[in-house]
Amino acid sequence: MMEYAWLVPLFPALAFPVIVFVTRRLRLLSALVGIAAIAASFVVSVGILVEVLQAGVTMEQPVEKALNWLAIPGPEGWLLKIEAGILLDPLTAVMLVVVTLVALLVEIYSVGYMHGDPGFSVFFSYLSLFSASMLGLVVANNFFMMFFFWELVGLCSYLLIGFYFHKPEAARASLKAFVTNRVADFGFMLGFFFLFLMFGTFNFRELAEAVPHAENLGLLALAAALVFIGPIGKSAQFPLHVWLPDAMEGPTPVSALIHAATMVAAGVYLLARAFVLFAGLPSVMLIIAYVGGFTALFAATIGVVQRDIKRILAYSTISQLGYMVMAMGVGSMTAGMFHLTTHAFFKALLFLGAGSVIHALNEQDIFRMGGLARDMKITAGTFIIGALALAGIPPLAGFWSKDEILLAAYSHGYTGLYLLGTVVAFLTAFYMFRLIFVAFFGPRRAGLHGHESPWTMTVPLLVLAVLSVVSGFMGAPFVAHGFSSWVYFGEPHHVEPNYVVMFTSTAVAILGIYLAWFIYGREAVSHEALSRRWQGVYRLVYNKYYVDEAYLWFFRRVVLGLAEAFNWHDRNVVDRIFDGVGDLVRWSGRRLRYLQTGHLPVYGLVLFAAVVVLVIWAAAPVIGGIR
Amino acid sequence: MSFPLLTSILLAPVIGLILILIIPEREQLLIKITAAVATFVALALSVYAYVAYDQQLGGMQFLEDRVWVPAFGINYSLGVDGISLPMVLLTAIVIFTGVFASWDMTNRIKEFFIFLLMLVTGVFGVFMTRDLFFFYLFFEVAVIPMYLLIGIWGSTRKEYAAMKLTLYLLVGSAFALIGIIALFLYASNQLGYLTFDIQTLATVEYDIGFQKFIFFLMLVGFGVLVPIWPLHLWSPDGHVAAPTAVSMLHAGVLMKLGAYGLIRVGVFFFPEGAKFWAPLIAVLCIVNVVYGAMIAMVQRDLKFVIGYSSVSHMGYVLLGIAALNTLSLSGAVTQMFAHGIMTALFFALVGNIYHKAHTREIARFGGLAHQMPKVAAGFLIGGLASLGLPGLHNFVAEFLIFLGAFTSDQVLWGGLLSYRVLAVLAISGIVITATYVLRVVQKTFFGPRKAEWDVLEDARGVELVPIVVLCSVLLLFGLFPSLMVDLINTGVAPLVAKIEAAKAVGGIF
Repeated sequence: MMEYAWLVPLFPALAFPVIVFVTRRLRLLSALVGIAAIAASFVVSVGILVEVLQAGVTMEQPVEKALNWLAIPGPEGWLLKIEAGILLDPLTAVMLVVVTLVALLVEIYSVGYMHGDPGFSVFFSYLSLFSASMLGLVVANNFFMMFFFWELVGLCSYLLIGFYFHKPEAARASLKAFVTNRVADFGFMLGFFFLFLMFGTFNFRELAEAVPHAENLGLLALAAALVFIGPIGKSAQFPLHVWLPDAMEGPTPVSALIHAATMVAAGVYLLARAFVLFAGLPSVMLIIAYVGGFTALFAATIGVVQRDIKRILAYSTISQLGYMVMAMGVGSMTAGMFHLTTHAFFKALLFLGAGSVIHALNEQDIFRMGGLARDMKITAGTFIIGALALAGIPPLAGFWSKDEILLAAYSHGYTGLYLLGTVVAFLTAFYMFRLIFVAFFGPRRAGLHGHESPWTMTVPLLVLAVLSVVSGFMGAPFVAHGFSSWVYFGEPHHVEPNYVVMFTSTAVAILGIYLAWFIYGREAVSHEALSRRWQGVYRLVYNKYYVDEAYLWFFRRVVLGLAEAFNWHDRNVVDRIFDGVGDLVRWSGRRLRYLQTGHLPVYGLVLFAAVVVLVIWAAAPVIGGIR
Repeated sequence: MSFPLLTSILLAPVIGLILILIIPEREQLLIKITAAVATFVALALSVYAYVAYDQQLGGMQFLEDRVWVPAFGINYSLGVDGISLPMVLLTAIVIFTGVFASWDMTNRIKEFFIFLLMLVTGVFGVFMTRDLFFFYLFFEVAVIPMYLLIGIWGSTRKEYAAMKLTLYLLVGSAFALIGIIALFLYASNQLGYLTFDIQTLATVEYDIGFQKFIFFLMLVGFGVLVPIWPLHLWSPDGHVAAPTAVSMLHAGVLMKLGAYGLIRVGVFFFPEGAKFWAPLIAVLCIVNVVYGAMIAMVQRDLKFVIGYSSVSHMGYVLLGIAALNTLSLSGAVTQMFAHGIMTALFFALVGNIYHKAHTREIARFGGLAHQMPKVAAGFLIGGLASLGLPGLHNFVAEFLIFLGAFTSDQVLWGGLLSYRVLAVLAISGIVITATYVLRVVQKTFFGPRKAEWDVLEDARGVELVPIVVLCSVLLLFGLFPSLMVDLINTGVAPLVAKIEAAKAVGGIF
């Protein structure tokens, strides 16, 4: 199957124009085209994964195929060679399967969720374009191609966040997402420009060979740090996380696919793909680890006080992405990618579950829900499985992958980050089960009744629920040739289980769930009283630490202020000067006009005077007057 | 004698112009069809030339030579290379789509199309001639009709804008003329005979002092047209006042005449002079990029936004010229083409909206995507091209320019500033551009449906021609950039060879 890898992004790429130009008016056919394309990609991806693992393609010896996309000849060899190429190794193969599988399930789900939406076909065309771009990003064999598709997934994100463009909030959110990511991409681009400057190539494999021999480590660290800005934007790390919660304005399947499972994970994927660049630079690794760790904690605290079901999940996503980035930073690419994989399944499940609730109630505030478990058995059941997986309760998927990260932090000597990660695990369990106890149990607070969603929506939920249970086993410590022997950096190492770490993380998760039940299930303490008691802190956290307000102030006052100043300067200084030159010409013309009086005597006089002057001037040497 | 391909391209609009002269004013449709056919012929021949050009061979091709004024060595000689051929294609595409964008005009359209075709003849001529005398002649032919086109058919302060534009451009071309005469005299002295042949004139060894002086004249003369900051103000005002097709040609093609002149006459003749003045260009173009984009952010009129965006985007072209290496120059020429197409698309769309809504004030719009989904889609594609989204042609151009400038090791003021830093500043322009472009998209097309604009009809029929053609071109060369960049390289390579062979000259800064 490996020789057909180029088909994986191609299928959905073809589905996009077909839907736009051919089947747009035939709604169901559009959906079918989109689903068929991604299903085909999924089949090929699975084939690739099997073959990659069987054929023993390793991280050190990837399979690469490339064509020249843009090449500029120089005096010796190519001055610039940009390839359209495919790089296949276990990392690629795993990511391909994750992306195509989640995309397939989300597209099936969307048939039910988007039913009756006037933009039904357009929605499927965008999803196809997104899948194509995302898969292109995954298979890319060089920085340029990755950046190319990196931008395209950003475009799809923009289009899909603003899918309900009639809503001003959606339009604003899409703009915010794009511009925030642009800031990050600016850094990313500079980063790989510096790499090009040092090594003259964008190709990952060639860079991997050249980087260890780099002489100027300072410059290399600068390049690596700049490249890392890309993931800070795309994977919504602090301080560029602000776009992701707002991105929830998009339709919920989009939140599941793009803003939880795949696109936002692209930043983590980039870190894994270019791991060799970072691994040799302890200073940069430290930055990565702490940015990730801080983001994980920061976002989790905000998630604790949100009321909107999707926003809770959004902050949870930011927090979990922080985990993955932290894993990369502490040096365990395996753990980061493992968590990316399991997270893709259970977070997609949670978002689709939330979508099912929203579909039924048309309400997103969890405090206006309640008792949903009675009306929506499948949704509630699968949602709870997803939440347990996210909270890290054994033996569900999240337990194994989160443990791997904590263990990596612990065993690599990052005790602070390990403790921080444990606190996050507690918070995660707490905010998820706060959501569950409030929304799915207890009384119907606003009298809203749910109803179960159609099979197109529940089947993907069930499939994802199964994956949320079992997908962790592939990386569990007792599995001999599991995830860590596929995706690794350097040497594949089998991690010995550390029962202290395992026990602690499980204990704090259970504690979190218990506390959530205590406050929101049993209602032993009034959560309103609590928030009144800690009003200052509550306000600060509920308002997301006022980061958005700070950015808005900066944009409105500083950026727009400067722009207005430039505009004024252009109109009142530059323009005045040049118009002034014109006016000067006109003015002097008006003055000089008086020389042309039309009076012959005056002309005669001037003529005579001129002759006199000339004669004197000519005669001066002869007469010997003026020297 | 082979088929005179380039003369045919040049004559297609001229014949159209003559035919329109004899068609009565009331036959409006016939006039438009004649213009469309004439420009289509030019387009078809240009596409043929583009495809038939032999890249292996490179250099000037499709040569034609006629002796014109033997006493002064003036020849009617045509030819295109990897730099001029994309410009010819650009001109053909923009004028062809521009005719369709003017389909709704009713006021004195006979004269309108006559001047329009005259203008475009001049532009074609500049890009195809190999004779410096004709170069200047065609240059003036392209500038003069602009005055009438804006003054008569324009809007918003049209007389002021037309006069402003004409004065700026004429003063600029006066500088260029002095430079051309001086270099003609200098070269004739050296050669011992009179010639205006560009290729021959370029072989002359010009004294460095002379080069520095004349390149400065060229920089001012052609720089006004690019436009280089602070000589740019004719362009936003001119854009805003001009009727749709004229805006398209004006921003799409006319600005490229400046950059083309700067490359063909400036850098090609005076590589040492170019090296001397390049740091000045590099610094000024950053002002273009950043300052222009910032000002675009606070404009209230759609056309002003695009006008200032052109100032900003042409700054990238100047950066490409200033860095004087293969990547950057290839990028500059690519950007000239890509920006021409993109800005023509913008003006076609804004013209479409303005024609129906009679306003261009952004604040009055909102939710137009409900009434005009196709226009909105076109505008979004143009916007994405403008902010440098991969997959569209502008990205390729900007990427090459950025990389070219970034990899240049030249420093300014003894290391206080370097091209690398300037490149970083230029790249920051992509953030500002994304902000203002998408803000305009959001304010104009997104948001709730406004009943006030339910009268607006979406683009349909001939109105779709410019949108579809221009978007397709952006996509085609964006997805398969080697279709154009390979060609451009054949033109840039000899230029770079000449620059590299030139003596090392310290920059002005």
